[in-house]
Amino acid sequence: MAWDWDFVREIMPTLIQGVKITILATILGSILAAIVGLGIALARRSENRFVSRSVGWFAEFIRGTPLLVQLYFIFYVLPDIGILLPPLVAGVIGLGLHYGTYTAEVYRAGIDNVPRGQWEAAKACNLNGRHTWTHIILPQAIPPMIPALANYFIAMFKETPLLSAITVLELMNQAKSVANTYYRYIEPMTLVGAFFLVISLCSVVLLRWLEHRYGRIER
Amino acid sequence: MTQWSGYLGLILQGALVTIELTLMGSVLALIMAFLAGMGRVSRFFIVRALATTYIEFFRGTSIFVQLFWAYFVLPFAGLSLTPLQAGVLALGLNVGAYAAEVVRGAILSVGREQYEACTALNLGRWQGMRHVILPQALLVMLPTFGNNAIELLKATSVVSLISLADLTFQAQVVRSQTGSTLMPFLSVLIIYFALALIISWGVRTLERRMARGLDGVRV
Repeated sequence: MAWDWDFVREIMPTLIQGVKITILATILGSILAAIVGLGIALARRSENRFVSRSVGWFAEFIRGTPLLVQLYFIFYVLPDIGILLPPLVAGVIGLGLHYGTYTAEVYRAGIDNVPRGQWEAAKACNLNGRHTWTHIILPQAIPPMIPALANYFIAMFKETPLLSAITVLELMNQAKSVANTYYRYIEPMTLVGAFFLVISLCSVVLLRWLEHRYGRIER
Repeated sequence: MTQWSGYLGLILQGALVTIELTLMGSVLALIMAFLAGMGRVSRFFIVRALATTYIEFFRGTSIFVQLFWAYFVLPFAGLSLTPLQAGVLALGLNVGAYAAEVVRGAILSVGREQYEACTALNLGRWQGMRHVILPQALLVMLPTFGNNAIELLKATSVVSLISLADLTFQAQVVRSQTGSTLMPFLSVLIIYFALALIISWGVRTLERRMARGLDGVRV
């Protein structure tokens, strides 16, 4: 079977619908991952051994198990205990939690990289805990993390096709339904692949720029 | 209590398929990693270009898209693959591309003086690689290879979507047969986590064994 441009033109609007959902899921997932990651990173530094241990194990567990099964878990198990989530929300929570455990490591490294002297200076200036974090530590810790965080967000973007397994109508799912209707797989599947490839090649350029802009800590 | 033992049997069968896929995928990934990783540091432009294209292509799209492409589009090009073959191919090529960068990084991390020593001892390029560079680089690669193997294990869950009866697939079977959701998904998550722990333990053991006799060598 040969490549058919007319068919491509015909299915484009459907695929673009899917692209919108894919991008929406990535953005929402990234925001959630950024928040969850910070939460995990802070909880692991907690002085309460019980909190830091259990959060550490939880993060380890999430990182060691497949995102697909976690999505199934959120999508199928939670309704049984009375939490009914729309597919997209379940997908965003899954992405955010899974990648949150990865971004937590980025935050941890970033926070550890702030020199001890900064902590001591904050104490010497009589800043309380909250002010130390918001005015001294985080402003210095976050810029160097940006390239690594962006890296994970791009990885998350590439993983969004998994959401099709829990019936989110994103790009992959639209492509699959188009393919099943017309029984032509070449064009939809290749277009999906090309779309992700183009975006990720562009993101390499973006990452390089981010590394150049934020990668070094100014001293 | 329905007959959990029967369903547990199903899930264990799935675990065997997952383990089989992980092992075969890892072997292919390892081969591809060394081919492409050493290709990236080759003298010949054409080899470097080929290796770079392979790596960028497979890192640019997700394993899910590649798997569907291999399973649904390749038959139209006259290459029909069983789900298992498609799974091993996609997993191996995808993770191999990530691991290739690890191989390249590790080879480049070996100090210049080692290469100079090879020249001084009149070793050929291949001999130097085989006897001097790789034994040192291998130790640098190992921990990251462990992470890659865990990523591969997690990625195997995607093959359930092309109807290969792995752990995730069996969890879905049990869910649809019993209507129970917590038991199949939680047990599957725990099995995945246990497998991931075994991999990381295995890699640590291997690392310790390989580091033996290399004391005093700067790694």
